[in-house]
Amino acid sequence: MTARRIALIVPLLMFLGFVALAVYRMGEPQQRVIASKMVGKPVPAMDLVGMDELHPGLNDGDLRQGTVTLVNLFASWCAPCRVEAPQLKALADKGVVIHGIAVRDTPQNITAFLKDHGDPFRRIGMDPNSKAVLNLGASGLPETFLIDGKGIIRKQYIGQIRPEQVAEILKDIEEAKGS
Amino acid sequence: MIPEIGHAALWLAAGLALAQALAGFRADGGRIAVPAALLQGGLCAVAFAALTWAFVKSDFSVALVAGNSHTAKPELYKWTGVWANHEGSMLLWVSVLAVFGALAAIRAKGLGERFRTVMLSAQGFIALGFYAYLLIASNPFARIVPAPIEGSGLNPLLQDPGLAFHPPLLYIGYVGLSVTFSFAVAALVLNRVTPEWARAVKPWVLGAWSFLTAGITLGSFWAYYELGWGGWWFWDPVENASLMPWLAATALFHSVGVLAARGALKNWTLLLAVVAFSLSMVGTFIVRSGLLTSVHAFAVDPERGVFLLILLAIYVGGALTLYALRAGTVTAGAPFRPVSREGSLVVNNLILSAVLGVVFLGTLYPLLLEAATGEQVSVGPPYFQTALLPLLLPLVALMAAGPLMRWRAMDWAGLGRRLVPALVLGVAAIGVALALGMRSPLALAGVALSAWLAAASVMIFRGRKLKRIRRIPASVWGTALAHLGIAVTTLGIAVSGAGTIETLANLAPGGRLSAGPYTAQVDDITPAAGPNYTAIRAMLSVTGPDATMVLAPERRTFVSPGNETTETDIWPRLTGNLYAVLGPGDGSGRWQVRLVWQPMIALIWIGGMMAAFGGLIAMMQGRRRREDTE
Repeated sequence: MTARRIALIVPLLMFLGFVALAVYRMGEPQQRVIASKMVGKPVPAMDLVGMDELHPGLNDGDLRQGTVTLVNLFASWCAPCRVEAPQLKALADKGVVIHGIAVRDTPQNITAFLKDHGDPFRRIGMDPNSKAVLNLGASGLPETFLIDGKGIIRKQYIGQIRPEQVAEILKDIEEAKGS
Repeated sequence: MIPEIGHAALWLAAGLALAQALAGFRADGGRIAVPAALLQGGLCAVAFAALTWAFVKSDFSVALVAGNSHTAKPELYKWTGVWANHEGSMLLWVSVLAVFGALAAIRAKGLGERFRTVMLSAQGFIALGFYAYLLIASNPFARIVPAPIEGSGLNPLLQDPGLAFHPPLLYIGYVGLSVTFSFAVAALVLNRVTPEWARAVKPWVLGAWSFLTAGITLGSFWAYYELGWGGWWFWDPVENASLMPWLAATALFHSVGVLAARGALKNWTLLLAVVAFSLSMVGTFIVRSGLLTSVHAFAVDPERGVFLLILLAIYVGGALTLYALRAGTVTAGAPFRPVSREGSLVVNNLILSAVLGVVFLGTLYPLLLEAATGEQVSVGPPYFQTALLPLLLPLVALMAAGPLMRWRAMDWAGLGRRLVPALVLGVAAIGVALALGMRSPLALAGVALSAWLAAASVMIFRGRKLKRIRRIPASVWGTALAHLGIAVTTLGIAVSGAGTIETLANLAPGGRLSAGPYTAQVDDITPAAGPNYTAIRAMLSVTGPDATMVLAPERRTFVSPGNETTETDIWPRLTGNLYAVLGPGDGSGRWQVRLVWQPMIALIWIGGMMAAFGGLIAMMQGRRRREDTE
């Protein structure tokens, strides 16, 4: 092989290197957890009114009671929130405490939504003007926060929770309990 | 019903792409390939129209519409919302590809029937993969049962007129390069790397390059005024993903020029033609696979990433293998002296390739390092600026000299004489800048280079009679305008970089702050409302040496999805932009106000658009000349 021949193969080898790197990287779990600036900080002060008698309101004190909780931002008008409903149900069935924050929604619509898609929530705080969404540093709906027993935000799951994430979230909860 | 028509049109187009791809293996394949390419263009237009209909009519039974639209969304964003999401933007990608395939079928006759068939066959192979990707992994027409009554809305950052132009222009550029890629594949298969080939491919490169330039320029402008950071380039991985094919395409049309005129640089030109579109696909892959995180991140899905990687491996790997096997049989071209037009274009190509290498490495380095050591780093502006400045300054300096050189050989003395006016203007510019108070050596160098390049760009017309202005070839106009555009951009970068003044203060109504020659007073801070958001708006009355004005920056809170954006208010002038941003309030009636004075920053984008138009003008030349030879 002449030097000229070898030179012609170099681009191909470089590209194969890129593919190898990409394959290596994609074999690893995808980072769905994005470290927002709120992760590691205490939950911001809030005091949201409850939806009905079954679902009392939510304030930041409720999130400092020693239990690891998930706080799920949702709305009956949000299509991906329907997609994640079975995953939330599965987590609730495993005994995970989940509180909801209903964004710009009405009790009637939420009741209908929970009837159709299952009700994983202990408390539901009403957030009629998105104030809690903004204070939590959420990027949109749905979004879920993992909060440890001391009220510190541990993880932020952006977008709907997918079926394969359930196990990962259960693991994160165990870790948060340990700390 | 209409979404199903769109879906069916895509399947039909995929079938035609298969026929078109296989036609290349038959001697009389042109009878199949040409109509197949034309029909695909039409079918993709139908599919795209169907999705647009679903968005405009807010048909929430289509999952994509339900997930990305909302009835309260302003009308314009229902139209642009079609491509403001993963599936829709891939449909736009594929539609542009099909339209380019149809155009190539009509226009690319100059190299003979066999060449056109093989070229269209390559184009069919590319299209087939992306139809499969769209239909299997990213179906935009999937239904949702039961249909929600309301959609979840569009990311407010994307609710901006910039979205109407930036992605389509960028995609026309990215995907336009596919024709160049197919031309290169056909040339390798048929061993037809000739000056005629170069002349036939040049308009395609120039066209794609012009749209890419315009798309990148608009994207930069959009980031500047919408994101509210006050910068115009952030070295974000997705920005780099669009910059890399642009650099390759820039090198390509310069080397295609050498091949067309002198028959030299054959292998190199072929390689660039393959690499330019390959980098477009790599860019698409990087953005869609979540390989790199970025502000542009689309919905990340590992399955889609794997699919795209397989396509990438087939197309790029295949083309580069073909190159490795066949390029050795290409005969070397005519010799030339180092100081000549060819020589200058070789240097241009070498520097552009080095720039490309720096950007590529900087973009992928975090991945490489993490794969090797597990350490996470982010490579930012300091790396790119340090590594690129020593390359970009000589590049701009040499850009001035290149078009003034003769083909084959040029004596230093003759070149020197032609560059005298540029040198004079460059030195004069330093004097003016010093007189105006500019002290930064780097900015002074930028101003001098800009004047030097601008003067040399006008010198391209030397020796041409004004009476015979109509006889000046379009390529000369195009080169002059594009190079002048780069000079204008360079001036904008240098002056705004050195002269930006930024102030930040917590102000209650009545408070004041100054930036450069301007002083702003907060008159009032009031709530305001739009169609699907509420806002807090500050009224700032600004006084300066030449004018008084009112700036009204806002913070908008969108209803669906819940999100907050900053709407900067900018007072744009040729002399500079005054830029006001309203930050968060502290709860006691004081608000953070940021005021920024950025001299001449608009020149960055004006120059970019000039370069894009220059490319389009030069493209006309290529077409005219080809018609002459036909």
